[in-house]
Amino acid sequence: MTSTGTHDGSLERLKREGRIVVVGASLAGLRAAETMREKGFAGSLTMIGDEPYEPYDRPPLSKQVLLGNAVADHTALPRRRAIEAEWRLGVPATGLDMAARRVELGNGDAVEYDRLLIATGVRARPWPNAEEGALKGVFVLRTRDDGEGLQRALAAGPRRVLVIGAGFTGSEIASACRERGLDVTVAERGDAPLVGALGGVIGAVAAEMHRENGVDLRTGVMVTSLEGDPSGRVRAAHFSDGSTVEADVVVVSLGAQRNTEWLSGSGLGAGPRGIACDAGCRAFDIRGIVTDDIYVAGDVARSPHALFGYQFLSLEHWGNAVAQADTAAHNMLSASADRRPHLWVPAFWSSQFGVNIKSVGVPPMGTEILITQGSLAERRFAAAYGYQGRLIAAVTFDNCRWLPFYEQQIEATAPFPPPFSTVDRRPEGSKPLPADFPDPSVPTHGPTITLSGYSPADRKMTFTPGR
Amino acid sequence: MRLVVDLNRCQGYAQCAFLAPDVFAMHGDESLLYNPEADPAQREDVMRAVAACPVQAILLEITDEDMANMVAPDAVAGAGSPSGGAR
Ligand SMILES: Cc1cc2nc3c(=O)[nH]c(=O)nc-3n(C[C@H](O)[C@H](O)[C@H](O)COP(=O)(O)OP(=O)(O)OC[C@H]3O[C@@H](n4cnc5c(N)ncnc54)[C@H](O)[C@@H]3O)c2cc1C
Ligand code: SF4
Repeated sequence: MTSTGTHDGSLERLKREGRIVVVGASLAGLRAAETMREKGFAGSLTMIGDEPYEPYDRPPLSKQVLLGNAVADHTALPRRRAIEAEWRLGVPATGLDMAARRVELGNGDAVEYDRLLIATGVRARPWPNAEEGALKGVFVLRTRDDGEGLQRALAAGPRRVLVIGAGFTGSEIASACRERGLDVTVAERGDAPLVGALGGVIGAVAAEMHRENGVDLRTGVMVTSLEGDPSGRVRAAHFSDGSTVEADVVVVSLGAQRNTEWLSGSGLGAGPRGIACDAGCRAFDIRGIVTDDIYVAGDVARSPHALFGYQFLSLEHWGNAVAQADTAAHNMLSASADRRPHLWVPAFWSSQFGVNIKSVGVPPMGTEILITQGSLAERRFAAAYGYQGRLIAAVTFDNCRWLPFYEQQIEATAPFPPPFSTVDRRPEGSKPLPADFPDPSVPTHGPTITLSGYSPADRKMTFTPGR
Repeated sequence: MRLVVDLNRCQGYAQCAFLAPDVFAMHGDESLLYNPEADPAQREDVMRAVAACPVQAILLEITDEDMANMVAPDAVAGAGSPSGGAR
């Protein structure tokens, strides 16, 4: 938009004839590319993606696709505009040479850049025992191919499906199975589904939803091993409580791992928790110095947020990928004074057992929860999360029209418990309860928001500077 | 004809399900399910749904292929613009 602030003309040159490379050709990568072209970037744009497909949408994979209402290979994302990119699909980026400004590819090629955007996202955490994970009938769900394979397995009418992990994806899969009339067992290590994302109070509601819909929900247990038949097909799973469940389809839904291995040794601040970047999406190198030519967006990024105590947030949210991509693209083509911070308020939706679940803010930061509207028993409510006397997040079950209101309150750092009173009666009363999140040092499945910054309340670290 | 609904924005008003029932459907009281690749024959209905959505949550792209298969000469409307596919 603005072309001012370019004293040496280098920005003008970048826009006219620069080389921009995007690694990770999915939601964040595509939306960033569109924004760059919208902002008048006329140089060369290369989109590198290890999947063989053009960018497609993932949320339908655990919803429409599993219900049989849409086909997995028909989820290509609509384009906001033509991006005239050179596509390098089906080939992974395998290395980064920051000094030479070069991305190395799996097929031996290299691509040079003036600006790089990393949007490599996350992948499904595989079953820890590789041999068991390779049994026929064992699935994860992240990609189009996963979605298609799982939908086919469900359509074949298995006698029982076992879902390991009751985060959002696991719960949606269980819900789809029940809608198809399939018997399903869900095994969750925590005390309830969704506890990592929404805490124990809401988790208890989710558990009831599973059970009322006929899911065989087992909480507080771990699956210790998977057993195959002589033909290499999964047939049973063994649990930590000594029980066994027979299932011919097993879906491993144990959360995600960040796709950062290809950056190891590059000197970029990338690791298992993602790629640290500043609020303007500029990546940090391992010395904690911000780069000026490497940007990050989407599930792979972790960035500080002023509204949430400058905690580094890693978000696995569709809306974050879109918004962060837009900000990254804007900043890549802007002079420093024109750059914008990515201060999107986290927001998420899920649909399971016919209930629309939505949240804003950062529920896992909340220590208290108050049902502000409706009732848990009716499964139609809004609940607010409090942290140090502040409203920090909200969740709704079939009550989404209230969410924008809570979002405004969070942005305005409104007090908690909220001072407003509502017209509807509240059987739960107006006293906050403990939000009941599991100990953050114990990993749960699919929290979808991870606080990955250093909390000054922790005094466990020792500083050992290198020489 | 590709589409995606920003379900963070969608407030379940069901206008789209009313106007293009072959593409959009409510699932429970307020969850929306939709077919991300709608049949070109639904174009008119889908475009009406895009226009009627009170929170403009639907992004639609009419592809070159759709255009080629189209009989109606109407100009492309909605948020979409033609594009080439991936190479
Ligand atoms: C089944 C499912 C259901 C979901 N449902 C919801 C929902 O209801 N609501 C919601 O808000 N969010 C949902 N999400 C999350 C949402 O899809 C993600 O937040 C979003 O896809 C993130 O986009 P991204 O571009 O950052 O990453 P991704 O979509 O993960 O894309 C990253 C891409 O980079 C590629 N890549 C990785 N490494 C390399 C490499 N070295 N070289 C080249 N390419 C590489 C990957 O293969 C992938 O194609 C869901 C996700 C899944 C899987
Ligand atoms: S018209 Fe818009 S807000 Fe209403 S259900 Fe459809 S997409 Fe959602």
